[in-house]
Amino acid sequence: MLKYILRRLASILLTLFVIVTITFFLMRIAPGNPFTSEKKIPPEIEANLMAHYGLDQPWYKQYFQYLIKVATWDFGPSFKYKGQTVNDLIADGFPVSLYLGLEALFIAVFFGILLGVFAAVRQNSWVDYSSMSLAVIGISVPSFIMAAVLQYIFAIKLQWFPIATWGSFKHTILPALALAMMPLAYIARLTRSTMLEVLNNDYIKTAKSKGFSERVIVYRHALRNSLLPVISYLGPLTANIITGSFVIEKIFGIPGLGAHFVQSITNRDYTVIMGVTTFYSIILLLAVLLVDIVYGLIDPRIKVSAKEGV
Amino acid sequence: MKKKLALLLTLLLALGTVLSACGGKNSAGDGGSEKEKPKQEFRVNIKTEPFSLHPGLANDNTSGTVLRNTFEGLTRIGLDGKPELAMAEDYEVSEDGTVYTFKLRDAKWSNGDPVTAHDFEYAWKWALDPKNESQYAYQLYYLKNGEAANTGKAPLDSVGVKAQDDKTLVVTLEQPTPYFLELTAFYTYLPINSKIAQKNPDWYKNAGEDYVSNGPFKMVTWEHRNKIELVKNDQYWDKDNVKLEKITMHMIEDANTELSMFKKGELDWAGAPFSALPTDSIEQLEKEGILNIKPIAGVYWYKFNTEVKPLNNVKIRKALAYAIDREAIVKNITKAGQIPAMAAVPPSMFPENEKGYFKDNDVETAKKLLEEGLKELGYKDVSELPVIKIAYNTDEAHQKIAQAIQDMWKKNLGIKTELENEEWAVYIEKLHRGDYMVGRMGWLGDFNDPINFLELFRDKNGGNNDTRWENPQFKQLLIQSQKERDPEKRLELLKQAEKIFMDEMPVAPIYFYTNAWVQKDNLKDVAISGLGDVQLKWAYFE
Repeated sequence: MLKYILRRLASILLTLFVIVTITFFLMRIAPGNPFTSEKKIPPEIEANLMAHYGLDQPWYKQYFQYLIKVATWDFGPSFKYKGQTVNDLIADGFPVSLYLGLEALFIAVFFGILLGVFAAVRQNSWVDYSSMSLAVIGISVPSFIMAAVLQYIFAIKLQWFPIATWGSFKHTILPALALAMMPLAYIARLTRSTMLEVLNNDYIKTAKSKGFSERVIVYRHALRNSLLPVISYLGPLTANIITGSFVIEKIFGIPGLGAHFVQSITNRDYTVIMGVTTFYSIILLLAVLLVDIVYGLIDPRIKVSAKEGV
Repeated sequence: MKKKLALLLTLLLALGTVLSACGGKNSAGDGGSEKEKPKQEFRVNIKTEPFSLHPGLANDNTSGTVLRNTFEGLTRIGLDGKPELAMAEDYEVSEDGTVYTFKLRDAKWSNGDPVTAHDFEYAWKWALDPKNESQYAYQLYYLKNGEAANTGKAPLDSVGVKAQDDKTLVVTLEQPTPYFLELTAFYTYLPINSKIAQKNPDWYKNAGEDYVSNGPFKMVTWEHRNKIELVKNDQYWDKDNVKLEKITMHMIEDANTELSMFKKGELDWAGAPFSALPTDSIEQLEKEGILNIKPIAGVYWYKFNTEVKPLNNVKIRKALAYAIDREAIVKNITKAGQIPAMAAVPPSMFPENEKGYFKDNDVETAKKLLEEGLKELGYKDVSELPVIKIAYNTDEAHQKIAQAIQDMWKKNLGIKTELENEEWAVYIEKLHRGDYMVGRMGWLGDFNDPINFLELFRDKNGGNNDTRWENPQFKQLLIQSQKERDPEKRLELLKQAEKIFMDEMPVAPIYFYTNAWVQKDNLKDVAISGLGDVQLKWAYFE
């Protein structure tokens, strides 16, 4: 097991190196630089700025300097926000994105499973139909439309929540809901279908014939076994929710990390592009690793060591 | 199966009714009805994190909006749009117009330190010091040796700004600058508390004890990319005229969210000049009768690359410019009361430019000019003309305008065109490099003077010219205007220069910009200058 993890960590480092390299060169091929603007600054000032940030050096020097910076986790100053370093931006933005992401994750998992179980237990009843139509809506409506609808109903019409901005717990509910809707729907459908499958198994029938109450059968025996696919979906989902919230962050005016991911490219904010890309890559790679490990722990049929050849 | 389907349909229908029931009337704000005294708190969205709240480093509108309200320069643009004395109590100008001697009033920083002439000298030299990397240092090139010091060709000590004593500031200019008192209100010319800045070079990075300012408000909170809070500065010399107690500036990117917040009453203002209204909402707001529109000193124009055939021919350029129906563009596409532009300098500076130098949509003349132009270039007819490429940066409004113009040129002149769009930074590079035929660009004035809109075309290779056009007479008139001390005569020279420019038509002006916004009814005296700069010094809720 330990050997497996070490091996995986080594491959993560290699992947990171490739990502950093590709990003670096793609970024430099793109025309323009961080000082490109409608009102062109005098060439002397631009040259001075380029020299200060080391952008006048040959590419291989910049590249190696950059690799050292990544290795020492010091991404340097942002070009777009004077006086703030990329490390500052990540330290400010990531906790916000993480908080929002975890809240959304909790909503998605809790309500998703609840809906799924209800639907499965009362198959073909109105409970089943209404929760599954909700799930269809959740999956098919894109999050930014969901966000606008939520804002309209709960903030403008009912006035229960503020429309946007970030501050108290009250501010977090609408964006978390908007972010959670899609995975919630997916989890509900997943739970329902596996639950139905499990409920038809022989051991459940045995339990029934032994006279256990329905509650015991569903929650003690069936639910546990039907959660496996949900857990395996959690890994990519966590990474996705935490890194992919920029649309929601923009609509709700949330100072998370997601916005940097997109805006830094328009701004040609080289250091931020590299910093955020590296940071997100690490989260994604670790999440994938974690899922693979947990997989093996929950389901003994999957042996992690068997994957060693990969 | 039938039962299932029926159920599903019923559910969907029910949902539909719920949603549509919510789509009732749009209430516009909730202000106006309170009887008690309104809270003097102004809430607004500034859209993005400011680049920097250091006067010497700021180079964008957002930073400017914050700095204009927290700091104060030698002069300030007043409610009437003209510079009035602010930190300066009095000033004298030398005979030749190159030496200004400012007497400072007794004013204090927000921490109680006195504002001295040294603070101005320090701030200006700091911005010019090349090692501080100010991207707007060139705003100070009017000072003697300003450019030389900034490019490292002269020592900083030689720059023409000197604190004779605590209350006297002597400024020497490179050449007479008739609009210098406009400039001293600009944010690069603001003072810095030199005592603090020398002790703590990071003073400007966050709100706190060391972030001190000398204007009507002081900053108490700066949550990066979330919000800025300003409160009234009780040390400000003119605090009796400041009525707002608190200003909250949110940073929300999404224009629709901002407008919803305004409608719900969470903001007191939505739109320009703090941010922008969503374009597709403008028509609706106009119908509701709550839209405010004010022209600003800015122009949207199509630049011609005058080195590329057939745009090297002035008659072809003119034909293209004349064959655009600007009225149709501002009515049907931009919709925010923009003024069709048939001149380069905005009407706020040259009032007669509301009419301009030629007739809008003058297809007859355009056709004639095209004929002559084709002959001069040796083409038999329009079909031999190379395809003209219209470039713009990716954006819905730019695209619609380009499509409209493409259509007009085809219908009116039979000219074939192609549209090309690129991402912003790529696009700018292309234009600055001269790798284009026709390209859109906007230009906004930095200070209230026509020179802003003409100067960029003085030199063929000037950083912002892009058209590769140059004219010795035009250049001569601009140089002369700089030396002319009589304001009337000076404007006359600039007018002559503009006439040459419009005769040569290196750009086709399309429209003059406007600011469009909605605001609380009882909010008064928000000062928006002709440039579109906003100040809240005098603002209050009735």
